[in-house]
Amino acid sequence: MLTYIIRRTLYMLPLLLIVSLISFTLIKIMPGDFLTQARLNPQITEETLQAQIERFGLDRSFMVQYWFWLKNIVTRGDFGMSFDTKMPVYKTLFMGNRLQWTVFIALTTLIIQYLFAIPIGIYSATHQYKPSDHVVTFLGFLGLSIPNFFFALVLLWLLVVVFDVGSYGLTVSGVMDLHFYNEGWSWAKIVNILWHMWPVWLVIGTSGMAGLIRLMRGNLLDTLSLPYVQTARAKGLNERIVIYKHAVRNAINPLVTILGLSLPGLVAGSIVTAIILGLPTVGLSYFNALQRQDENVIMAGLLFFSLFLLIGNLIADFLLAWVDPRIRYD
Amino acid sequence: MARLSRRKRKAQAQLEEQGYISRSQGQMIWRAFRRHRIGNIGTVVVLLFVLVAIFAQFIGPYHYAKQYRTQPFAPPSIVHWRDDDGSLSRPYVYATTRTIDTTTYQVTYVEDTSTKYYIRFFVSGGSEHRLLGLIPTTMHLFGARADDGSVTQVFVFGTDMLGRDLFTRCLVGSWVSLAVGPLVILIAFPLGIVLGGVSGYYGGGVDMFIQRACEVMLAIPGLPILMAMGAALRGFGLSAMIVFFGVIVALAIVSWGGLARVIRGQVLAIREMDFVTAARAAGATDLRIVLRHIIPNVTSYLVVAATLQIPGMMLTEAALSFLGYGIQEPMTSWGQLLNVATNISAIELHPWVLIPGAFIVVSVLAFNFMGDALRDAVDPYSII
Repeated sequence: MLTYIIRRTLYMLPLLLIVSLISFTLIKIMPGDFLTQARLNPQITEETLQAQIERFGLDRSFMVQYWFWLKNIVTRGDFGMSFDTKMPVYKTLFMGNRLQWTVFIALTTLIIQYLFAIPIGIYSATHQYKPSDHVVTFLGFLGLSIPNFFFALVLLWLLVVVFDVGSYGLTVSGVMDLHFYNEGWSWAKIVNILWHMWPVWLVIGTSGMAGLIRLMRGNLLDTLSLPYVQTARAKGLNERIVIYKHAVRNAINPLVTILGLSLPGLVAGSIVTAIILGLPTVGLSYFNALQRQDENVIMAGLLFFSLFLLIGNLIADFLLAWVDPRIRYD
Repeated sequence: MARLSRRKRKAQAQLEEQGYISRSQGQMIWRAFRRHRIGNIGTVVVLLFVLVAIFAQFIGPYHYAKQYRTQPFAPPSIVHWRDDDGSLSRPYVYATTRTIDTTTYQVTYVEDTSTKYYIRFFVSGGSEHRLLGLIPTTMHLFGARADDGSVTQVFVFGTDMLGRDLFTRCLVGSWVSLAVGPLVILIAFPLGIVLGGVSGYYGGGVDMFIQRACEVMLAIPGLPILMAMGAALRGFGLSAMIVFFGVIVALAIVSWGGLARVIRGQVLAIREMDFVTAARAAGATDLRIVLRHIIPNVTSYLVVAATLQIPGMMLTEAALSFLGYGIQEPMTSWGQLLNVATNISAIELHPWVLIPGAFIVVSVLAFNFMGDALRDAVDPYSII
């Protein structure tokens, strides 16, 4: 098992290298650079411009620039400077607690997705073809079909305009009310965070839940038709025990398998939702950098998301090996 | 329903003479598909959307780029059904003028109740457009005309910031939003089929190499890279049409990796089957095995996979355009129309800008149902 971990981790490196090359090429293709604005400004002299160009290495060839950038990352962990905020890229991307919030939002959304999808899937399978099954399936499809950003906008509109939560002293955007940022932890703060987070979970979670519910439902239906379930029932076991102790345990397996596949959707959904609801995540930093063509931050952001996906897939594969005794990675 | 080949039809007729009913795979799939009620509704909705997209400029009363500068952010026109004395009358609208309340500085559109403009159908004299892209005409499906011939605007969904009719823009934008999915499939699928097929069929070194390539594609974060590509496209200042194709190519690049994987899995499954081994033992060339055995068995799954990809493509394009990195002006798509709705004050003042989102939801839902029905119909193990 340990060798597998090491092998997978080492294997991530060439992948990240290729992703870094793709990111770098993409950014350099983009017309203009952060100095475009400066060039248009008649007040900035040629000498200052030239000094900036040399300082940021913009006059060197493509391969040289790439080499310098890569060397800085690998040897010094230095992703360069953000042209916009004049701070190191590391600080700009992970401003404040953005990294923690990004991971928090992703993890909690994932957990809640599964927490809801599994019982709903079980219910749907045990009440197959009844009206409630059709309703649940339809709602699942609806959640799948609503674009994340539209759902966020409509939810925002409903809460702020239609239900006017502002009159109850509640805000919607961000992860907590502003004054809590400086305060220490308290129950009030936790409750406040929960209030801010539930729209986020609803928006990002619903798109993935439909697939999970259908998968759970389908697998459980298949499992319930297997001979050993028939044996369990013939033994006289309580139906509840048959379902939960025997069938569900085996039916859950494929859901763990697709954990890794749901990650790109999670990343995409969280970026868009963060932009609309103003959540402090890396996705928001990335979006801002993209707007201002802050090259170093964009490239670092792409690397971050790639790493996020790779690590997520690694963890998902572990989970699968842990849950499924048939899979051994030695 | 495609006509079966003469040989197959003869075989079916022969069996029927003996009292058997014979069905081909295609016929069975069609029957199973027709039994899936929700899927049929979805298919009908999709076809309706396509029809609307084709006749967009005819159904929409105004030119999609025409700016009614005196009526920016006008609310949807109120259609009146009752006369002044309360009896039912033909639907009509009033002309509206933009007024600013002197105390609250709030903008409202006040109706001028002096003239009634009746909603008439098949009106001429509107903006010039080409029906089906061929026949120049000025006729539109409906319009508001008073008895004396004067004209006012009826904005079914209101207007945007420049006073452009949202209803027409939704209709015109529909063909873009609907076309994205199939066009991306058109590019990504052949690539995925060839690479996935070769990878699955030949195995060995070729398989390893192509699989590594797919893994690289899957390690690239989808939306972030698409945003960056969109930013690059936008920065070049190209025409909207070129940006449109650029977005499609970008989407295809990002999605072919997953497709190739799926297809490889399918090909692998078929390759291990006995009839393929038998064919090989009989001396069939690789090409013959692929064409005659593998492809016919994989086709149904491919069609289902393609149909199920379309909703995802539509949603991704909508998200990209919403963020400003997708379809650019003067082209419209539903996501792009929602671009103005980024902050809560815009939505609060003009909630009708959210309407294109409803279009997205309904069309994606319809595609999902259609694809789901297709998948159930194609699956030989499903019990319908």
